Amino acid sequence: MLTLEHLSVAYDGTPAVVDVSLDLPDGEVLAVLGPSGCGKSTLLRAVAGLEPATAGRIRWDGADLAGVPTHKRGFALMFQDGQLFTHLSVARNVGYALRLRREPRIADRVEELLALVGLEGYAARLPGTLSGGERQRVALARALAVEPRLLLLDEPLSALDAGLRERLAGDLREILRAAGTTALMVTHDHEEAFTVADRLAVMQDGRVVQEGVIGDVWRAPADPDTALFLGYARVLRGTAAAAVLVASGLPAAPAVAVRRSALLVAVDGRLPGTVVSSRATPDQVRLVVDVDGVGKIDAVAALDVHPGPGERVRLTADPTRLAVIPSD
Amino acid sequence: MPVAVLGVFFVLPVSGMLARGFWPHGTFDPGGVLGVLARPRVHRVVWFTVWSASVATSVSVLLGLPAAHALHRLRFPGRTVVRAALLVPFVLPTVVVGVAFRELLGESGPLGFLGLDGSPVAIVAGLVFFNVAVVIRVVGTAWESLDPRPGEAAAALGASPAQVLRTVTLPALRPAIVSAATVVFLFCATAFGIVLTLGGLRYSSVETEIYLLTTNLLDLQAAAALSVLQLVAVTVLLAVAGRARAVPDPSVARTVARPRRPGRGDWPGLGATVALLAFVAAPLGTLVAGSLQIDGGWGLDNYRALTTNGTHQALLVPVTDALVTSLRTAVDATWMSLSLGMVVAVLVTRRSRTPAERRLRTGLDGFFMLPLGVSAVTLGFGFLITLNHPPVDFRDSPLLVPIAQALVALPLVVRTIVPVLAGVDDRQRQAAASLGAGPLRTMLTVDLPVVWKPLLAASGFAFAASLGEFGATSFLARDDHPTVPVVIFRLIGHPGPMNYGMALAASVVLAATTALVMLVVERLRVPSVGAF
Repeated sequence: MLTLEHLSVAYDGTPAVVDVSLDLPDGEVLAVLGPSGCGKSTLLRAVAGLEPATAGRIRWDGADLAGVPTHKRGFALMFQDGQLFTHLSVARNVGYALRLRREPRIADRVEELLALVGLEGYAARLPGTLSGGERQRVALARALAVEPRLLLLDEPLSALDAGLRERLAGDLREILRAAGTTALMVTHDHEEAFTVADRLAVMQDGRVVQEGVIGDVWRAPADPDTALFLGYARVLRGTAAAAVLVASGLPAAPAVAVRRSALLVAVDGRLPGTVVSSRATPDQVRLVVDVDGVGKIDAVAALDVHPGPGERVRLTADPTRLAVIPSD
Repeated sequence: MPVAVLGVFFVLPVSGMLARGFWPHGTFDPGGVLGVLARPRVHRVVWFTVWSASVATSVSVLLGLPAAHALHRLRFPGRTVVRAALLVPFVLPTVVVGVAFRELLGESGPLGFLGLDGSPVAIVAGLVFFNVAVVIRVVGTAWESLDPRPGEAAAALGASPAQVLRTVTLPALRPAIVSAATVVFLFCATAFGIVLTLGGLRYSSVETEIYLLTTNLLDLQAAAALSVLQLVAVTVLLAVAGRARAVPDPSVARTVARPRRPGRGDWPGLGATVALLAFVAAPLGTLVAGSLQIDGGWGLDNYRALTTNGTHQALLVPVTDALVTSLRTAVDATWMSLSLGMVVAVLVTRRSRTPAERRLRTGLDGFFMLPLGVSAVTLGFGFLITLNHPPVDFRDSPLLVPIAQALVALPLVVRTIVPVLAGVDDRQRQAAASLGAGPLRTMLTVDLPVVWKPLLAASGFAFAASLGEFGATSFLARDDHPTVPVVIFRLIGHPGPMNYGMALAASVVLAATTALVMLVVERLRVPSVGAF
C-alpha cells in the first residue's frame, strides 16, 4: 500500500507539488487527473524516486522510501512516449528487467508478456518500426515484466490518436485487472481516467483538491473548476442554477454543473427557450438554446426533431447528467 | 569549383610526391616501394605508430569520459571555466606541447626524477594531453543532449546506476565515442610536432619518418611508400569506424537536459576531472615558469629577446616578425578554408534526388576528408616539387603557406558545419520555398540562423589550426618569412644560452594567442536557446 503524507516537491525553489496526502490500497488503480502543469507528473516522478521530496514522506507498507534509489523501489515507470530503448529489439526491451535479475527462461516470459499486450510475433522488431500504439503496448509489457509492487503510468495514452486511445484504455484496464497490478496513473484526460482507474484524485496548482472512488468524484465535483475539468460543459450559478435544479427535481444549491447532454428537447419540458443554433451529429442534434431566466446553454434533441434557430422549444433536465456543487 | 581547388592543391602535390617514389628514374618501379616496406626499421616505425596511437587513444577515451559527464551533465561552480581550460590543449600548437612536455619531464624539470624524457611514455602523455579535449568535446556534446528519460525508465525497471550506464547510456553514446576515438586515433597516428620534439631520432612514427626520409636522407622512394601505407591505413580506418558507428536505429531524441547538482555517486567522476585538469595544467605551468626563468632568477628577459634574432643569429628574423607572419597567414588560411568548407558543406548536405546523386555526395564528403588522412609532410613536400613550374607556379607566392594550412584545416571546418546543416529539417526549406522565398532567401531564413554560430566556431578552429600548423609549413615557409612554430623548432635545435629561453617565451606567446581564440569560440557555445 502506497501512502503519501504531506508530500511537497519543488523545482529550483518553485513549488510543483504542495502538501499532497494520498492512500493507494493494493490492487487498485488510482488516477491523478489535472491540467498540464498542475504538478501531477512531478508527483509521479517523486514517487518513482526521480525527484527528491522537499517535505513530507512517501511510504510503502509503512516503510519510508526517502533515500531508497529508484532502482531499488520496485516501482516500474511507464513514460508518456514509452521511452523504449531504440537500440534494442522489442523482445530485448521487454526482457530488460529480467536480464538485469538474471532470471531463467526469459524468452518464455517475454512471449507471455507480448501475448498479454496483444503483440505476438513482434519480438524481433525494432522500436523505430512500430506505431505509437504498439510502442505503448511494448512499454507496458516491459514495465509489467518487473512484476512491480506499483506501476507508475505517466499519461500512458495521451500520445495516441483518439480512437486508438479509447481502445487501448479498455485494454489497459483489462491487463491491469488480469495482472492484479497496483497502479498510479497521471493523465489530463478524464475519459481515460474514467476507463482505467478505480479511484480518482484531482490536482490543481500542485494540490489535490478532491479524492475518492471515481464514480463519487464524478457525480459530485468539489468545485466549479473540478467540474469543468471532469467534462461538465458549464457551471451555472444563482438563479440560473435554481431554475435548472427545480426543473430536474433536485434540492436547491449555490451552483450546478451541467453536461452537454443534460438538457433534452421534449414537449412536456419545464424550461422554455429559443433555439440559437443547431447542428446535427450522427447520434443526436446539438443545440444552443437561450433558456428564459437561465441564458444560453447546450441542449440536445433526438434526430427526428430538428428545431431551427429562432424556434421556441421546451427542455427537460436529466438529473443524472447534472452535478450539484456544494460550494462556489 | 571546390573539387578543382582540392584537385590542384591537394591531389596534384600528393600524387606528384607519390610519383617521385614509384617512378624514381622515370621508370615504374613498384618493387622498390615494396622493398621499403620490408625494411626492419620500417616495421619498427609502423609498430611504434600503431602502438603509441592505440595506447594514447585508449587513455584519452578513459580519461575523457568521466570529464565529459562531469562537465556536460553536472552543475557546479566554475564549470564553464574548467570546460574552456580543458579544451585549450586541443588547439595548442603541437610544437608548443612538445616543448612544454620536455620542460616538464626534462632533467631539470619538476618531474625530471621520473626519467621519462625522450621515452615512449612521454610521447603517449603528450598525445593524450593534446587529444583528451577531442573526447570531452565530441562525447560531452552528445551526452549533454542525451534524453535522460530512457535512463530513468531503466532505473524504474530496476537497473542500478552502473547498469543504466552499461545498458542504456553507453549504447546511446556509442556513435559519439566511436567517432571521438577514430579522430583521436587519426590525430595520434599522424601526429608530427609532438613526436618530433619528444621522440627525437630514437622513436619515430610514420609521419616523422616521412619527414626524416625526405629532408635528411632524401630517400623519396621510402617516403612515398610510407605515404601510401598511411593513406591506405587511414581510409580503411575511416571505413571501419563508419561501420562501427552505425546503430540499429539512428534516430536520436535530442533534448538538452537540465544539468543537475552532483550527488554522492559523482565524486569519482569529479575527482577524475580534477586530476585531468592537473595533468593539463602541469606542462603548461612549467612552460610559463620556464619562460620566466633567467639564470636561476626571474625576469622577462626571454620575452624581451623575442625582438632579437637569438644567440649566434639562430634566426634570420626576430620572433616578433614571425608572429606577424603567423597571424597574417592564419587570416588568409581561415578565409580560404572557411569559404571552401562552406561550399563543400552545402554541397554534401543538399537533398539527393537519385541514388546515384546520393552516392556522389557521400563520395564528395569522403573526398574532402582526405587531407585528414594524408601526411601534412607529404602535402608540404608535394607542394614544393609540383607547384614550382608552369602552369601552376606558386613557389614564391606568399599564398602557398596559407593554402596548405587551409587544406589541413578543411576537414575540421567541414566537420563542424556539416552536422548542423544536415540537422536542418528539409521541410523547413520547403516551407520557406512554398511561401515564396527564393533559394538565397531560403538560405538566409532557414540555414543561416542555425549555422552562423558553428561557422564562427569553425573559423576559430581554422585560425587556431593554422597558427599551430607545423608539418606542411616546415617545408613551405621561406627562411625569411617563417611562422612561429617553425621558429620555435629552429630555436630548440640551436644551442645558445638565450635560444631555449626564447623558444619557451615564444611558445607561451603562441599558446596564449591560440588559447584566446579558443576562449572566444567557447563563448559562442553559451546556451542561448531562444535568445535570438
